[in-house]
Amino acid sequence: MTRIINTPLTDEVTCSLHAGDRALINGIIYTGRDAAHKRLAELLERGEKLPFEIKGQIIYYVGPCPAKPGKAIGSAGPTTSGRMDAYTPGLMKIGLKGMIGKGECSKSVIDSIVRHKGVYFAAAGGAGALLAETVKEAEVVAFADLGPEAVFRLKVEKFPVTVIIDTEGKNLYEIGRSQYQK
Amino acid sequence: MRELNVDVITNTVEKLCIESNYFLPQDAKKALEEAVMKEESPIGKDALLNILKNQEIAGRNRVPICQDTGLAVFFIELGQDLRLVGGDFNEAINEGVRRGYKNGYLRKSVVDDPIFLRKNTGDNTPAIIHTTIVKGDKLKITIAPKGGGSENMSALRMLTPSEGVKGIKEFIVETVDRAGSNPCPPVIVGVGIGGTVEMTALIAKKALLRTLGEHNSNPEVAKLENELLEEINNLGIGPQGFGGRITALAVNIETFPAHLASMPVAVNIQCHAARHMTAIL
Repeated sequence: MTRIINTPLTDEVTCSLHAGDRALINGIIYTGRDAAHKRLAELLERGEKLPFEIKGQIIYYVGPCPAKPGKAIGSAGPTTSGRMDAYTPGLMKIGLKGMIGKGECSKSVIDSIVRHKGVYFAAAGGAGALLAETVKEAEVVAFADLGPEAVFRLKVEKFPVTVIIDTEGKNLYEIGRSQYQK
Repeated sequence: MRELNVDVITNTVEKLCIESNYFLPQDAKKALEEAVMKEESPIGKDALLNILKNQEIAGRNRVPICQDTGLAVFFIELGQDLRLVGGDFNEAINEGVRRGYKNGYLRKSVVDDPIFLRKNTGDNTPAIIHTTIVKGDKLKITIAPKGGGSENMSALRMLTPSEGVKGIKEFIVETVDRAGSNPCPPVIVGVGIGGTVEMTALIAKKALLRTLGEHNSNPEVAKLENELLEEINNLGIGPQGFGGRITALAVNIETFPAHLASMPVAVNIQCHAARHMTAIL
């Protein structure tokens, strides 16, 4: 069954999502990858305000292609999440609720997801053209100098994801693999 | 002696950059279609169908298959009876990359200083260019844009001869196992065995250019490819790492003579967006 969920996320929604569930996301999500996370962490360290309200929000790990004329965004599939592991617990502590990426997360991120009732989704890796079709608006909200690594505010409609790690810490990558390992 | 103006190279490279990122090669498409038939996991099958749907959308809308349009890696075969005129050969390729990545709306993914500043060069140069001199008067240009996610999961180990086939297999399977869901499976596993440290890495990358479904011409190596593919698919990682039968579409091994004391092995992981394209001038 495919669920439809809206952002910002609430505990009620995150707690009802389970590893392996498929969902379509409607609303605003923010992008951020390596360089943007580094800068967000530096802002937090200096006690400064983040360039967007993070409470209940989702960060999508993506560095999109430039938009062709008339399009909101270029191809926009997920990047490998593990590289953001060092920053994620700190962001969840101040209200980040969800992450969209692909690939494994560290134990500290999984613990953080359980503690803060968050959720880790995967979007289809290498399916940037398909995912870009669900992005209706895109606007740079911070770090424009980083080019594709800037923070974009995306308005998405039916953005398809799969729940990888749920609020109980269950992990689809482990569950799925154990079913098919020989 | 035949002459070729380097402007022609720039124009060709521009086109190759764009088209290799928009259109998935037929063999990769066919391998994915076959994988759909073989995959037992419903969520894995669905992931494969999405991958196929994605490349259809990319081709139809003329947009990149994947947002990671990669470092522009080139394999060039330059005929020794061809004279290049009109400018610098490597600069002609880099200019083609600049134009292709700009005019094709491709992502620029190169940072100049890899350690400290990591500032984007803004035009996806420098390209990575491997040139070989061959017989004849033609110029063969192959581009293989390479994304960072799968490249990061690649590995090289200096095995010693006594570790044998067992050691080779363990290292390759371990590398794919450790990569798990990170490199966008189903992957293609390019393997180089033999040579020196740089040669084994280079032939591992070249192995990724081989048409899917073809095997190494040495029957013993071909057998090793089949055995490794089976072992890797028994890992259960599956499409997108969601669990399933198809973790890899192929294992392609290339070999090179080695030092008496050495048996280096390189594993270059390629995601399912196995992009490459060739032009002959």
